Amino acid sequence: MAAERCAVVGVGQTRHRSARKDVSMAGLVREAAVEALEDAGMTWSDIDALVVGKAPDMFEGIAMPELYLADALGAVGKPMIRVHTAGSVGGSTAIVAAKLVEAGVHERVLTVAFEKQSESNATWGLSVPMPFAPPLVAGAGGYFAPLIRAYISRSGAPRHIGHLVAVKDRRAALRNPKAHLHLPDIDLKMVEESFLLWDPLRYLDTCPSSDGAMAMVLGSERVADASAGPVAWVHGMALRSEPTMFAGRDQINPQAGRDCAQDLYRQAGITDPRRDFDCAEVYVPFSWYEPMWLENLGFCELGEGWKLTEAGATGPDGDIPWNMSGGVLSSNPIGASGMVRFGEAAQQVRRRAGDYQVELKTGKALGHAYGGGSQFFSMWVVGSDKPQ
Amino acid sequence: MRDVAVISFAASAVERDDLQNEVEMLTPVIHEAVGNSGIERTEIGFTCSGSLDYMQGGPFAFVLGLDAVGAWPPIRESHVEADAAWALYEAWVAIQIGEVDSALVYGFGKSSSSDIYEVMSMQYDPYYMLPLWPSMIDVAALQARDYMESSGRTERDFAEVASRSLGNAKSTPYAISARDASVEELLGAPMVNDPLRAHDIFKPCDGAAAVVLAAGDLARSVCARPAWIRGIDHRIEPHALGVRDLSISVSTKDAAQRAGAGKDKIDVAELHAQFSSEELILRDAIGVNGNTRVNPSGGALAANPIMAAGLIRIGEVAKRITAGEADRGLAHATSGPCMQQNLVCVLEGE
Repeated sequence: MAAERCAVVGVGQTRHRSARKDVSMAGLVREAAVEALEDAGMTWSDIDALVVGKAPDMFEGIAMPELYLADALGAVGKPMIRVHTAGSVGGSTAIVAAKLVEAGVHERVLTVAFEKQSESNATWGLSVPMPFAPPLVAGAGGYFAPLIRAYISRSGAPRHIGHLVAVKDRRAALRNPKAHLHLPDIDLKMVEESFLLWDPLRYLDTCPSSDGAMAMVLGSERVADASAGPVAWVHGMALRSEPTMFAGRDQINPQAGRDCAQDLYRQAGITDPRRDFDCAEVYVPFSWYEPMWLENLGFCELGEGWKLTEAGATGPDGDIPWNMSGGVLSSNPIGASGMVRFGEAAQQVRRRAGDYQVELKTGKALGHAYGGGSQFFSMWVVGSDKPQ
Repeated sequence: MRDVAVISFAASAVERDDLQNEVEMLTPVIHEAVGNSGIERTEIGFTCSGSLDYMQGGPFAFVLGLDAVGAWPPIRESHVEADAAWALYEAWVAIQIGEVDSALVYGFGKSSSSDIYEVMSMQYDPYYMLPLWPSMIDVAALQARDYMESSGRTERDFAEVASRSLGNAKSTPYAISARDASVEELLGAPMVNDPLRAHDIFKPCDGAAAVVLAAGDLARSVCARPAWIRGIDHRIEPHALGVRDLSISVSTKDAAQRAGAGKDKIDVAELHAQFSSEELILRDAIGVNGNTRVNPSGGALAANPIMAAGLIRIGEVAKRITAGEADRGLAHATSGPCMQQNLVCVLEGE
């Protein structure tokens, strides 16, 4: 049996800030959901089912908060699913929602991902000491910095490459009014002079901690064809996971990421990602992950990723722009960040990206998220044209 | 829709196991379910699990849980922060698309790591309900009282549910509570939280369950009598207890109708009732009559490994269909305070 076609027919996003004290959790998710519904030309009663995603519940201190959010999200009387796949969750939530449409189970699905990190402290929320396990009181940066050092050692990349990404993504965020960080004076010197957190990551090489939510309305082919506004067709989607504790893992260039991209490109007919995509929104929470994921996602040969970054290929005027919205380095409500990537990719192919719209040639964009210890991956390809 | 069946099921539970972590608890269950499925581990198309971080007291209960699966080479995998019955729903959807033909579904949780009745209260809305911190038993007692007043049922009806469940549990290998107890004997026990006595309340336990799903011809080739999923649906109700009629379960009724429960007789029903009073509310919602055998495993009163217990209901019904003891059965799973969210799955043999 062939899958039904699915398209993004509405996108909504909150302003991301370090603390959204003006809204409750319910107010935060509604801000994104209402915008997505309005964009889709729909109301709450048009929605058949909801898929809600967020990262660990300890970030807010509520177990399964979607139960309490059911009323605010208009879910009463409908099916609601809660997804949690660590940092990749925003992406995998969108994929679970799209599968409901592709399977022909529902025609209009509202998917929402959020994090209200100001309710707690995310770095320490990630680092609870557990019985039976070695304590890793390090936060995400402490976990990933050694992997970045290994990448530098493998690739011979010069030490300033990460800082280039930090500047590029913050400059991009200046064109995005919803981005959390707006640093108009950002330059290489400012990044280099920011204090060292985890060698080689300086303060400005890392993502902020944000409150924010992202929402999308996904529709069937019938719904998308009837849509008044532009839609983003789903051309492919893929999930891959690998275990944490396995000595055979390459944590710098994970096989799960490579397999996920390969599966995705096969579905979407992508043979040369650098040429076949107009742009990509990729989960880069620490600056060095841009060159690392350029290689993992097949945009270049192994060891060459930093050269693309250095040459400006991933800049807004480069041949393959990455993270035009400012990326995770400019806004990071963790549970939503993956869906922000997926949704920003959709906005590009809908020509709805405002001041950071890229020129469309192939009309295809990549959305990417990863999580855990570089072990959970979710990706999709969206396009302006209906898949054949 | 594509024909999808439960072809293998395994579960385990102990009252508490301080010496095993979640991965050690989960590994034998997954190996049993996959080993008995007739499908090689590396051939399984999709994997989906259900767990709750707040039970572990850490941020990523499912991450290490994945270590029990053998996720190498990397696998297609996802996770719900809910009972694994919802993971089974997600897997059923994935198989419908046709990209994969089989799935491993598992759920696990260690209630012994905390006072689970209190920890589950972390599900309440943080502004109005959570500050009052009523335990699971407190709100179940309110619900039971509400049900008694609207239905005319009594504590004796609850004790009858408990007596039958505990007796049935004697043949369930992973049961925590199993014994012969007359209704009179049970009614002689003191109240825990009026109108609930100890026998009306599930006992905390540590446990895990796993199910293997397969589509069409693959299911027929590896299983003599697959338990086909003929309907599956789930619905959610408002969160606040004060805006719901707690004496009925409208979401269960709705889900049962949409899953086609009433289209034919139901030989066996496994209802995820964590309190004896909930079984009666669920029976009313589904319309179970005297011809249906309810909770032959003893149900959640026999063993309620939270985050696996809903999936166990589906596995128990499937097991009886595969064994030829039943032709058509209904499984129910619940989530949230006072059964806020409910899932119904109708299974049939061929």
